[in-house]
Formats: sequence, structure tokens, C-alpha cells
Amino acid sequence: MPEFWINMGPQHPMTHGLWNMKVKVDGETITDAKPEIGYLHRGYEKIMEVREFQKNVVLTDRLCYVSSITWSHAYCLAVEKMMGVETPERGQWIRVVALELQRVASHLMWLASYGPDLGLLTGLLWALRERELFLDLIQLMSGARMNQNYPRVGGVRNDLPENFEAMCKRSIEHFLEKLTGYESIFHDSKVFRMRTEGVGLLTAADAINWGVTGPNLRACGVNVDLRRLDPYETYGEIDFEPQVWHDGGAGDSYARFIVRFNELRESCKIILQALEKMPKSGPYRVKTPRRAEGDGYAKTEDSRGEALFYVIGDGDDRPYRVKIRSPVFCTMAATPMLLRGNKLADVVAILGSVDVCVGEMDK
Amino acid sequence: MSAPLIPDLFGLCKVLTTAIIWIVQQLIFALAGPVPPLKGLGDWIGSDAVITVLTWFIVVTVVVLWVTVFNLFTIMWVERKLYSRLQDRYGIMISVWSLPFWPFNRMGRPTHRGTGYLQNLADGVKLIQKENITPRNADSAMFHISPVLIASSTLMVFAVLPWSSGFYVANLDLGVLFILAAFSLAPLGILISGWSANNKYTLVGGLRAAAMLLSYSIPMVLAVIALVVFTGSLNPLEIVRQQERPIVLFGTTLPIPAWYVFGPQFLGFLVFTVAMIAEMERVPFDIPEAEAELVEGWTTEYSGMRFGIVFAFKWLRMLAASALISILYLGGWSGPVFATVAVGSISIPILPEEFWFLARVYLLSAFFVWLSWSVPRVRIDQILNIGWKRLIPYSLVAILIAAGFRAIG
Repeated sequence: MPEFWINMGPQHPMTHGLWNMKVKVDGETITDAKPEIGYLHRGYEKIMEVREFQKNVVLTDRLCYVSSITWSHAYCLAVEKMMGVETPERGQWIRVVALELQRVASHLMWLASYGPDLGLLTGLLWALRERELFLDLIQLMSGARMNQNYPRVGGVRNDLPENFEAMCKRSIEHFLEKLTGYESIFHDSKVFRMRTEGVGLLTAADAINWGVTGPNLRACGVNVDLRRLDPYETYGEIDFEPQVWHDGGAGDSYARFIVRFNELRESCKIILQALEKMPKSGPYRVKTPRRAEGDGYAKTEDSRGEALFYVIGDGDDRPYRVKIRSPVFCTMAATPMLLRGNKLADVVAILGSVDVCVGEMDK
Repeated sequence: MSAPLIPDLFGLCKVLTTAIIWIVQQLIFALAGPVPPLKGLGDWIGSDAVITVLTWFIVVTVVVLWVTVFNLFTIMWVERKLYSRLQDRYGIMISVWSLPFWPFNRMGRPTHRGTGYLQNLADGVKLIQKENITPRNADSAMFHISPVLIASSTLMVFAVLPWSSGFYVANLDLGVLFILAAFSLAPLGILISGWSANNKYTLVGGLRAAAMLLSYSIPMVLAVIALVVFTGSLNPLEIVRQQERPIVLFGTTLPIPAWYVFGPQFLGFLVFTVAMIAEMERVPFDIPEAEAELVEGWTTEYSGMRFGIVFAFKWLRMLAASALISILYLGGWSGPVFATVAVGSISIPILPEEFWFLARVYLLSAFFVWLSWSVPRVRIDQILNIGWKRLIPYSLVAILIAAGFRAIG
């Protein structure tokens, strides 16, 4: 049979979002691959130039609807640096709690989509069930399940509700119990390991050269976590372990799975610590100037990698220029390298494990 | 003493046919007064040959209805309800309580409560109403024939498959061979439909089915050969009859039935079950229609009721596979209790053979459902590896073991 191209997308069960993976197959073996992106390009960087600093938070929420708070937080951080304001301590701790809740919700969404990618629909429904726990917590905190519009330039929108700490602890306790069930359908499953081990190999050198960041880079054995290396907010005071794949060799889909899965537990640990160390009262937000001049640069550890915002102000009440660095955009460039030589069925096992979010990729 | 609910399906249907024909004959004889030539027609209809032929039609109809109306709907319901519960949700809920004529149901707003048995009927009605789309540039004839080929070859299995010692269409000496042959026809239909739909997803799906066929059909047949070394027969009734006794070990009678799964056939049983899961195209071996990478695989282009047929045939195959495993290895319809109630001169069995057989079939099906909703799907090269490097050597070992035990006695 001659080689031919197969379009996996723009509307295909494999693509969680609107993009196209063109795959050239020889029988079942992939000889070439070409991602086509841009279906969801909304011109974020340009739209943000015509809106005021504070109003842009709503937009950045929609960069990735699965991980809204981490993105709007990165933007707020960049604007704060430009304006030279400092978030009050309680505001910083609340941000840490919100970020980690969002990270768990985002990772659970990834876990949910990875199940049916491999033909395990039960994983989808279980993970979405547990995601509700965290969406409920986020809803208690911010009033919305998704697109929360919670971080503000100079703090967060509102204080934590009453009894939040107790509810958070109860939910996390329940969640950690449930996680053992996941281990039985993922880690302990021979078929799952057959499908994920040894596919989509990415060496550490390649990953760094292609700009792959976040859990995907940590799965290659590189200990890079911006929460640890370049602590923002109060991450410096928290005792946690960046999850790195230690078993050596290049990172495969299983390594990426394990790193993300362990981050669920690690994030829960961070939330509990942050709730404990948080000052019980105090301001959570400061007044910020409407207009600003200068530039601000913030990079944070998003759920999918290194999110970067670079904001330039020219003395007006809206940014002169905004630059967004999306981690998935860089990872997507490396995917043809991951796919080549694998089987057609591995496309889902690989692309599911790198956790694609089209919203932030296409900006 | 075993007691089938239907001791003789053919005899029962013959009574029915004779009654119908008698009525028709009387009508014809009544008309034969003014039109004398009809007298000969009436005589011919009452003849033995006509009654036999018509009885066969009725027998086939009864079994097809029994399989598709009762068992297919039940097994679909079992699967959909069971995996929903595994996934921590209610699952299907449309049942007789959802019908509009109940006083507690407001018109046009059916209540979704109940066990969900009628959900599949509702889905079937929906599918019938939908348009049948033939893709442009598709090979129309082949595209339309393959669902018929797939469905009919699967129904052919039930021509020989007995449901109890009396409830069967035909009693062939080579019944098991016929069943396996009919089972292996469907991948041909899958290949045809995959090729004819003019779509790359269906093409890959069809070729995967063809590649898979070899890797699991050979161990399946080899496992049956290991069994035949013991049974000496390919007749399903005979194979079940051999299992209707307790195990006798060194002269002592154990309270364990002599099912073939207990004993030297255990390896063959495992091989056969794994091959059967591949045969009925379920997760983890449903790679011809891997919906993650191939959209819906070879069924991508089917719409309307034709999709319903190619979708429902998997459940028919699960039914047939469970029944076949029960017959070959799990003692068929033999059971611990066969209670009968005497009504006058007729004794009606309360726990007939059919009950014990269906209990096995549905428990096995529930096992397959449980299995397939808790593991991911394997890859095409992995199933070929499993088939060629594991199942075939194991089935050969099973033949050796069977032959060895047979030689010892």
C-alpha cells in the first residue's frame, strides 16, 4: 500500500479542540506528521491592546478554559510588575490556593480526556466526577465554575468564603482516597502500560531545544519547575517536590502520565500547606493605578508548562503591546518528532499525554 | 433430571403450522364448492411436504425473534446499564414508565425513570427515521451488501446454536465447526465495507480487521481441536451431554460438575475466551473501530438503521460467543436443580434448562462488559503479537496436554 496522508482533525475524536494533525502513514506506521493550527486564532495579543488593564483579565481567562486562573494570574503578575505594585500577603496565599485548585482541575480534565483516547471511557467519567469537587471549591471561592475572572491586578477579587479551609480539606481528603482507584485502572493495568510505555520518546536535549516546558519537560528527567526555580507569589515558603521522572532515559507517554498524575497529589499538598500558612485576615487586594508606563514580564508554571506574559505600557490605561508565550504552542512544534516511527494508534497515546489546549495554543 | 422448557422446538412449531394450515385448508375447501379446481390446492397444502417446509420457516422465525427481540434487547440493556453503573452514573432510563399514556406523565414530556429497558427500542426507532447516506464515490453495491453480510452471517450462528437440549433449529454433527465458520465470515464483510466506503478511516479499519482475523481465528480453532480430542464430537448437544455428570477422580465422586473448564482443558478455555473477545470486537481488541484514532473505524460512513445493524451485530456476537463458551467449557444447560410443577398430566419446569443456560450466557456477557470497560484498547501490532506469540503456542500446548491426558485415559 502506498503511503498516504490522514487528516486527524479539525473535527476528530483525537483532537481535544479545533486543530488538525496530518499524519502520513505507511500501512500503520507513521512516517511523517504535520500539525496544522490556527483554527481558533482570536487575535488575543491585538484585542488586549484596545482594552484596559483590568478588563483584560476576562480575556485571559478564556485563553484556556480548562486552566483559566493560571492564565489570568500570569497576566496580572506581569501587569503588577509593570505598575510596581505588590499583592498583599493574604492575597498572594489566596492566589496560590486558587492556582493549585485550578491545576488539579486542569490535570483532571487531561486525565479525563486521556482515558477515552486509549479506549477507556470509564476514566473520563471518573476523572470528571472528581473534577467537580475542585470546580465546586473554585465556585465557592470565586462564584463561577469556569472562566472565573478571579485574579485582579493587585490581588484577587474577593476574600475566601467562610469555612473554606474545612471544605477544602474535606474535598481533598476524599479526592486522595479516590486516587487509589485511578491507580488500579491506570498504573496497574497491563494494557495501559503496553499502550503508553516506549511511545512518543522525547530526549531531554530535544525537549530543551524545542522549547518543551512544564510536565512534559519534567517527564524527560529535567528538574525544571518555575514554582521552585523562580518562585512567584509565596511558592518559596511552601515545601513541595517538583514531580520529575527519575527512571532515566527519554520521556515516553507513561512518564508524562506519571508526572502529571503525581502532580495531582503534590498540588493537594500545596493547597493544604497554603491554607495552613495563610494569614487568617488582612487585605487581599491593593488599589492599582489605572495608567502605567514601562514594561512587565512574568513567567509562571502553568498547568501545561511555562506561561509567559510580557506587557508594555505607554502611559495609557491600556497596554501598548502584550506578548503571550504559550507552552502548548512550543510543544506542538515538537510533536512530529514524537510521532515519527510510531503506529497510527499511538497518535492518541502521544498527543493525549502532552495535554493539548487549543485555546492557548492559537491565542 | 434435566427438563427443557421447550423439549422439541420443531414438534412445537409443527403443531402450530398444522393448526394454521388446517384453517387455511378449511377456507379453501369452502371455496372449492363454486370453484372445483381449488380442491386440489387444498389437498396439496395439507400434504406433509408443505407442512414440513412451512414448519422450518416458522422455526427459523421463532429463533430469530427469540435472539433479536428478546436476547439482543436484553443484552444491550445489560451492557448499557452495567457500564453506566461502573462509571458511576444512572445510564439509560427510558422504560415502560416513560410511555405517554400513564397518568403521571404529562403529554410530550415522558418521565425518565425506571430501568431503561425500552431505551434501545427508542434508539432503534430514532435510527430508522434517519437518512441513509451513501458517500460520494463509494462502491454503492458493496457498501450496502456488507451490513447484510455481517448481520446474516452472525444470525447463521444461531441456526446451530442450541439453547437447551430441545431448543434449537438444527442438530448438526459438525455444529461447532459450522458456528466457528459462520463466526469468521463477518471480518470479510468488515473488509468489504471498509474498502467500499471510500474513506481512509474505514479503509484502515477494514484492513485492521483482516489482519486481526488470522491472529485470533487460528488459536480459536486450535483450542477447539484440543477440546475435540476429549469430546470426540463436534455436536454441541453431545458436548453438553458429556458434561452433565460429576467429576470422578481416582474412583471418588467429587461434588464438582465435570465441566471441561475444570481439568486439562483450562488452558484451552483461556485461549478460546481471549480469542472470542477479539472475535466479537470488544475493548481491548476493538481495534478495527478504534474510535479514538479512526473516528468510528469501518462503521464511520454508515448512517441510519444501517449503522444500527453494524452496531447491534456486536451484541449478537457477544451473545453467540458467550453461548459457545458455555456450551464448550461451562457445562451448557446442566444445572443443580430442575424443578417441575405438574399441571394435570403436563409437567411444567420452573427452573428449566433454558434458565441455567441463559444465566451462564448473561453472567459471561456481564464479565465481558466489565472487562471491556475497565481496560484500554491494545494496538494492532500488540494484538498480532498476542495472537501469534502467545495464543497460538498456548493453544498448541493445550492440544498436547489434551492428547496426553487422553492417552493416559
